Amino acid sequence: MSGFCDQCGQPAGDHPRCAARRELEPPRYCPDCARRMVVQVTPTGWTAHCSRHGERRSSPSA
Amino acid sequence: MTTTQPAIVTAARDQVLERGIGLSEGQVLEVLRLPDEAIDELLGLAHEVRMRWCGPEVEVEGIVSLKTGGCPEDCHFCSQSGLFESPVRSAWLDIPMLVEAAKQTAKTGATEFCIVAAVRGPDARLMAQVAAGISAIKDAVDINVACSLGMLTDEQVAALAEMGVHRYNHNLETARSYFPQVVTTHTWEERWETLRLVREAGMEVCCGGIVGMGETPAQRAEFAGQLAALEPDEVPLNFLNPRPGTPFGELEVMAGPDALRTVAAFRLALPRTVLRFAGGRELTLGDLGARRGLLGGINAVIVGNYLTTLGRPAEADIDLLDELEMPIKALNQTL
Repeated sequence: MSGFCDQCGQPAGDHPRCAARRELEPPRYCPDCARRMVVQVTPTGWTAHCSRHGERRSSPSA
Repeated sequence: MTTTQPAIVTAARDQVLERGIGLSEGQVLEVLRLPDEAIDELLGLAHEVRMRWCGPEVEVEGIVSLKTGGCPEDCHFCSQSGLFESPVRSAWLDIPMLVEAAKQTAKTGATEFCIVAAVRGPDARLMAQVAAGISAIKDAVDINVACSLGMLTDEQVAALAEMGVHRYNHNLETARSYFPQVVTTHTWEERWETLRLVREAGMEVCCGGIVGMGETPAQRAEFAGQLAALEPDEVPLNFLNPRPGTPFGELEVMAGPDALRTVAAFRLALPRTVLRFAGGRELTLGDLGARRGLLGGINAVIVGNYLTTLGRPAEADIDLLDELEMPIKALNQTL
């Protein structure tokens, strides 16, 4: 399980607002360390880069 | 049981549908004040107007952010301002990724690709990146390229036209009377001046804004009237998506019926303009919104993702167009 919420950067838990937001948002915070990530959205996907934990990408269907 | 058609709908049928004359500001306000029970009839009329004066084709566009975040302006709706505590960090897209984004867009069937940068206006570095990007796109993809790079000088307008940019987006965002509540680092008039330069240079003018930012219905009508006076080739219609950390981050999402009234009202004010469904529609109107909008005056969509947020899958909109028997506008066809 991730340590931090990828929407607000707070410790992972029950975040209804973040859960709702996640449908139309890429991740903003690294779920491993809560650093703000550099996010690039493209027409069919996204990449999110954490300076400590590297790059995450949307799934091909995203 | 018979129902009486609201007077403004009857008037719009004659004035807009039959004669092609857009509604005035005062008439738009009457439309925006119609009760929920009149929305279906209103959307039906807006659809008839769109079919009569624009035709069944739909213009499909993809957009991408070339330079994200770190903007010096304070547009209160925008997560890319460097003045707010937004989670959006600065990023630059490199040329190979820009070309890939154009290819992804073209694959959906879209004929428009808009390159956007979060800046007050482009500096030399950004202009060079745009020039290189457009050249690479034109070598690899058959698609119209538009740009949205903030406020421009005469020389920058000329340079973009020379690069082959066929349309330039610069939104007035809201009514002139409400603009100071939305942006304080530049004026509505400065934006208007860029739009004037763009038109003079022969590029198509794309100018719209965001509704649901706390403006009154009268200001929304004022905005429609000001857009009609500008006579833009395209009006992108966004619905506020309240962004965390921005001054508008805690505003309520616009109610669906208000959004639909606005769509129809803008079509009735702008009978011949490309009226594009843009950001926030998923939040305001949900999945059904695309269908109701396309049957209520909309004749263009942004497909796929937006600049910093995600949209519906492009296939969902393309499949819907197919179901509605609305052909995608071909490359270089004018609506």
